[in-house]
Amino acid sequence: MTLKLGVPSKGRLMEKTFDWFAKRGVTLSRTGSDREYAGAIEGVSNMELVLLSAGEVPRELAAGRIHLGVTGTDLVQEKLPRFEQQVEELAEMGFGHADLILAVPQFWIDVDTLDDLDAAASAFRAAHGHRLRIATKYHRLVREFLTDAGVADYQLVDSQGATEGTVKNETAEMVADITSTGETLRANHLKLLGDGLVLKSQATLWRSRVAKYGRDEKAALNTLLDLLEHRK
Amino acid sequence: MTLRSDIQARAAQLRVRFEAAGGQVVDTPLLQPAGTLLDLYGEDIRARAYVTSDALRGEQMLRPDFTVPVVEAHMRHGAEPARYTYSGEVFRRQELDPDRPNEYLQVGYEVFERDDAAAADAEVFSLFALQVRGLPLRAATGDIGILMAAVEGLNTTDKRKTALMRHIWRPRRFRSLLDRFAGRCPVPESRRKLLSTEGDLTGSAVEIGKRRAAEVQARVEALRADAKEPPIAENELLALEALMAVRETVPFATEQMRDIAVDLPQINPALDRLDARTAAMKARGVDVDNLDFEASYGRTSMEYYDGFVFGFYAEARPDLPPVASGGRYDALTRQLGDGEEIPAVGGVLRPDLMLQLEEARK
Repeated sequence: MTLKLGVPSKGRLMEKTFDWFAKRGVTLSRTGSDREYAGAIEGVSNMELVLLSAGEVPRELAAGRIHLGVTGTDLVQEKLPRFEQQVEELAEMGFGHADLILAVPQFWIDVDTLDDLDAAASAFRAAHGHRLRIATKYHRLVREFLTDAGVADYQLVDSQGATEGTVKNETAEMVADITSTGETLRANHLKLLGDGLVLKSQATLWRSRVAKYGRDEKAALNTLLDLLEHRK
Repeated sequence: MTLRSDIQARAAQLRVRFEAAGGQVVDTPLLQPAGTLLDLYGEDIRARAYVTSDALRGEQMLRPDFTVPVVEAHMRHGAEPARYTYSGEVFRRQELDPDRPNEYLQVGYEVFERDDAAAADAEVFSLFALQVRGLPLRAATGDIGILMAAVEGLNTTDKRKTALMRHIWRPRRFRSLLDRFAGRCPVPESRRKLLSTEGDLTGSAVEIGKRRAAEVQARVEALRADAKEPPIAENELLALEALMAVRETVPFATEQMRDIAVDLPQINPALDRLDARTAAMKARGVDVDNLDFEASYGRTSMEYYDGFVFGFYAEARPDLPPVASGGRYDALTRQLGDGEEIPAVGGVLRPDLMLQLEEARK
């Protein structure tokens, strides 16, 4: 049997993952046509490359259908309850940095902290008859963060893309989203909350604690771990 | 393993006893409109309840508790006074502890009664005590109404009191608000800068979203006004902290709180109500001299309770949730009643836990 490594199938995340492994003596490549999601691995025998969407990596790890996977800390923590019990972090890969943050319109000069947000949410609900809406796709992380901070009178509305635009469109009053530089925020007239950092995330290599490891998988894993250890 | 049929048989037995006490049987739908529960509990309820939806009725929740639907049913067509009992499944989403069931039976009893709150509290508590008699349980009691009275009577602005009241059930935020209003924590730099300004602030930032500039300006004015208010006095603050820390048997707790009332006289009416309840409980045979009372009890897990609160816990099994719990929720009936209101008190039992404890003793 083979040790299965799940890697995001598209874009910069895939390229940087390939580079990261190449530096450590493991060559990952796509095979077949550009549109076919098939890959190959050289450098470790009995290892297989599985290309899939970054968002599916946590689920596949938790189901044990892949042994190793590359995806962001944010996705693992959002999608897997008690993630430490299901996956083990093998290496932070040093790219794909992104912070999950809370952001409000810049002209809200009265709101800079969670304390302010809570008070503003209360006044907003009284004035508008509904709870202050926060657009996000990270429901669990944001809710846990705000519960912990004791913020009330907010409501999460789902936004799977163009989240920063929801305020202007008046489908949300503020956002909780991933940002790397903050440029998109500024361009959309939003600012960070001072204490609104929900999570720092980067691309990470995870090992499934659930997957089955036979003799071949164990051998392949040890070979890989040696290579990673060597090039640290 | 406790058999499901055994749990159901026990639930039926418990309900029959509540019926004998005057409870009229009610049944409520398993699917509840999500909007009511979300408005009441906020987004936190999503972490505890299963949400489902269809295109016609929108979001619905698998009944996470009975209290809300029972109150709604009563407010729609209940006679007064009324006593209800019910038995059925509730569903709780579990994301952290795989050992906690996500579906279990609850048997409950609720009293809607205007006249004698102390008697109704005592009736409910002693009925529950009777139902769990013989099990190795410790009873905890408290009274959120005392803390609420303490906050309402503070010598400070109504705005501050409203803010504190809003977070009675979130002890951490309550604490940080209290520290701020007492001038105990430094003013954040951003706030200091804002307060150093005067008049309307017209920045270059674009006004976007449904929260308008006028609302921002209104809050800036409120912050400026609040900055001019004196901090909550040290003696009031210390008394409030002493109150929140009271944890004793009922007679000693009452004595301590009467001492505290020298600095917080506003709690005296609430303490009179506690005395009346204690007398009513004693009259029903409750051993109040050895009953625990915690002034902060019920602040974290029981969001809508605003008076008497109680719970029965398995002493040898601190990992288990309470076997029985309940309390008074007058404000909830106001919130769900469209202007109507009626004082109400009630509680629920967990027949599965009762059987589990009985089996463990064999």
